[in-house]
Amino acid sequence: MSNIILFLGIMLMYSTPLALAAEGSVISERCGVVNIGIEGMMTIGAFVGAAVGYFSGSAWLGFLCAGIAGGLFGLLHAAASVSGKADQTVSGIAINLIGPGLALFLSRRLFAGATQTQPVTNKIPKLFPSGLPGIWSNLNVDMTTVIALVIAVAMWFIFYKTTWGLHIRAVGEHPGAADTLGINVYKVRYICVIISGVLSGFGGAAVTLAIVTQFSPTAIAGQGFIAIAAVIFGKWTPQGGYLACLLFGAAQALTVLLGGGSFAVPAEILSMLPYVLTIIILILFVGKSAAPKASGVPYEKGAR
Amino acid sequence: MESKTKAFFKKPIMLTVIAIVLGFITAMIIMAAAGYPPFESIGTLLYGMLGSPKKILNVFIKSTPIIFTGVGVAFAIKTGLFNIGAEGQFIMGSIGAVLTGILVKAPAVIEIPLIILAGAAAGALYGGIVGLLKARFGINEVITSIMLNWIALYFSNWIVGRPQFAGLGSSSQKIAESGYTTILDNWKRTAGMEGLMKTLLGRAFLKTDVNVGFIVAVIAAIFISWLLFKTRKGFELRAVGFNKDAAKFTGINVNRQIVQAMLISGALCGIGAAFYITGQWPHAISSLSNFEGYGLNGLSVAFIAMSSPIGCIFAGLLFGGLLYGGSTLQLTMGVPTEIINIIIGVIVFFCALTYILPKLIDKIGTTKKGGAANV
Repeated sequence: MSNIILFLGIMLMYSTPLALAAEGSVISERCGVVNIGIEGMMTIGAFVGAAVGYFSGSAWLGFLCAGIAGGLFGLLHAAASVSGKADQTVSGIAINLIGPGLALFLSRRLFAGATQTQPVTNKIPKLFPSGLPGIWSNLNVDMTTVIALVIAVAMWFIFYKTTWGLHIRAVGEHPGAADTLGINVYKVRYICVIISGVLSGFGGAAVTLAIVTQFSPTAIAGQGFIAIAAVIFGKWTPQGGYLACLLFGAAQALTVLLGGGSFAVPAEILSMLPYVLTIIILILFVGKSAAPKASGVPYEKGAR
Repeated sequence: MESKTKAFFKKPIMLTVIAIVLGFITAMIIMAAAGYPPFESIGTLLYGMLGSPKKILNVFIKSTPIIFTGVGVAFAIKTGLFNIGAEGQFIMGSIGAVLTGILVKAPAVIEIPLIILAGAAAGALYGGIVGLLKARFGINEVITSIMLNWIALYFSNWIVGRPQFAGLGSSSQKIAESGYTTILDNWKRTAGMEGLMKTLLGRAFLKTDVNVGFIVAVIAAIFISWLLFKTRKGFELRAVGFNKDAAKFTGINVNRQIVQAMLISGALCGIGAAFYITGQWPHAISSLSNFEGYGLNGLSVAFIAMSSPIGCIFAGLLFGGLLYGGSTLQLTMGVPTEIINIIIGVIVFFCALTYILPKLIDKIGTTKKGGAANV
C-alpha cells in the first residue's frame, strides 16, 4: 500500500513539468505551428523562475515571470513562423540554442560565474500546506501539479466545447478554409504560439521552484523533447498529451522504486526503462499517428 | 544597377552571410547590455579562432565531428527525414569505436579500419532502428530518435562503468595506440623535436591533435553530395523526400528508401564519432550527465548550410571555430562561453527566415528609390 502511494506521488511529481510543456506543445501544433523549441522555452523559464524566486523571495512571482519569459520566446517563434514564414523546425532549433544559451549566460552574470542559481528560500507550496498524516504525505503534491491538471482540463474544454477551440483546430487543419470563414489565421497562430511559450515557461519553473530549488545546466535536460514526444504519443490532443506524460512519470517512478529495492539491476539500465517502455508501447498500441494537416506549413493568404 | 545589387544580396549564400553578420551584431548588443566591451570581445573571439596557426588547426580539429553529423543530418533532410537522433547515433558510434579499440590490439593498418567500421556500423544500426520503426510501424522518427538518444546516453554510461572497460576517473580505457589517427603523434616524443617545438608552425602541428578526420569529413561531404545529386539512388532518395506519394506512384519502394536513408545518416554520425575517438584526446568515452551536443550541433550545422552537404564543411568550420574561440573569450574577457550558443542560435534563426529576407531586401531597395524620387 505505502509503495503504491509513493509510486503515485513520484509519478505526479515527474509528470508535472512534462504535462505543462506538453499542453504548450499541443496548442501550438493544433494551430499549425510546429514548436520544437519547447526545450529552450522550458530552460529559460526554469532559469527566470529560479532567479526571480531567489531575488524576490516569492515563488509565485518567479513562476509568473517564467511564464512571461517563455511567452517572449513564443512571440519570437511566432514572429518567425507566422509573419516570417520561416521553416518552423529550424526556428525551433534556434530557440533551443538561444534559450539555454541566454539562461546560462545570465546565470553566470548574476551568480558570480556559476552556471547554477542560488537555492530559493520559498518553494511553490504543497496542496495541503499543513501536511498529510503518515504515508499519505507522499500524495501531498505541489500546487504546480494541480495547476497542470487544471490547465489540461481547461485545454480539453476550450478545444472541444468552445468556438475558440473550433477556430484553433480549423486553423491547424485547413487555414485557407478558416480564413474564408473570417477567422484571422495569423492572430490565432500568434496567440496559440505565445501561450505555448507561456506554458513551457511554467513547465520549466515547475522544475526549479517545486521539484528542486535552483536552476542548473541539467535542470531541464531533454524534458522539452520528451513533452513533444508525449504529444505525438497522445495523438495531438490535450487529454492524450496529459495521459502520455502521466505514463512517462509512471515509468520514472517505477525506475526510482526498483532502484531502491533489492533488485540487482544497474542504475544505468534502469534509467533507460522509461524510454524503452515508450518505444515498446508505441509499437504495440499506437501505430500511425496523424499530425494536424497544416502543421509546419506557413500560411499565406490566397495560397491554395 | 540597383536590381543587380538586390539580386546579389538575394543569393542563398549571401543570405547566409547576412544571417552570420546579424548573429554577431546581436551578440555584441547582448554583451554591451551585460557590461562587456562589445568590439573588444568580438575581436578577442576572432583572435581566439584565427590568431595563430595553432588556433586555426584547432578550429579544424574541433569542427571535424560536427561536419560529419552535419552531413548526416543534411542527407536525412534531403530524403525527407528529420534526424534529431544524430546525437544517439554519435554516442553509439563512439561506443562501437572504443570497444573495438580496447578489445582488438592489431597493427595500425588493421586496427584503424576496424575501429572506423565498428563506429560506422554502430551508428548505422542505431539510425536504422529509427528508419525501420518508421517504415514498418509508421512511428514518427522524431519521437523514436529522442527516446533512443537517452537510451544511448545511459548505455554509454553503463559501458563506462563495466570493470573490464573502465579506465581512469569516470572514463573508459583508452583505445589501443595503433588505432590513433593523429599524425605526428609519435614525433612529439622523439628527442630531437625540442628545436622544432620552438617554431610557430612546429608548435601548431606538435601541440595539437592534428588528425586525418577533417580530410575524411570533406571526402564524405563530397561523396554524399555526389550520391544525392548524381546517382539514381540519390534521385530515388530525394524523390521520397520531395513527395512521398508521387515517388510511390513511380514505383519507388518508399519504405526501403526510408530505412536506407537512416542507415546512411546514422553511419555518417558513427564515422564522425570513430574519428573523434581515434583522432582526439582522451581517445576514450566518459560518463555523461547530459548530451555533449555533437549530434544536436550537427542539426544547426545542417541548417546553416541550408542542407547542402558541401555547405556543411563551411558551416561546421564556423560553428567549431566559434566554440573553440569562445574559450579564449571567456578566459581573457570573462564573457561566458554561452554567448557562442546565442550567436549560433541567432544565425540559425535568421537562416530560417530565407523566405522573408529576400522580400525585406526588396522593400529596403524600394524605400531608397522612393526617397530618391522625393529629392
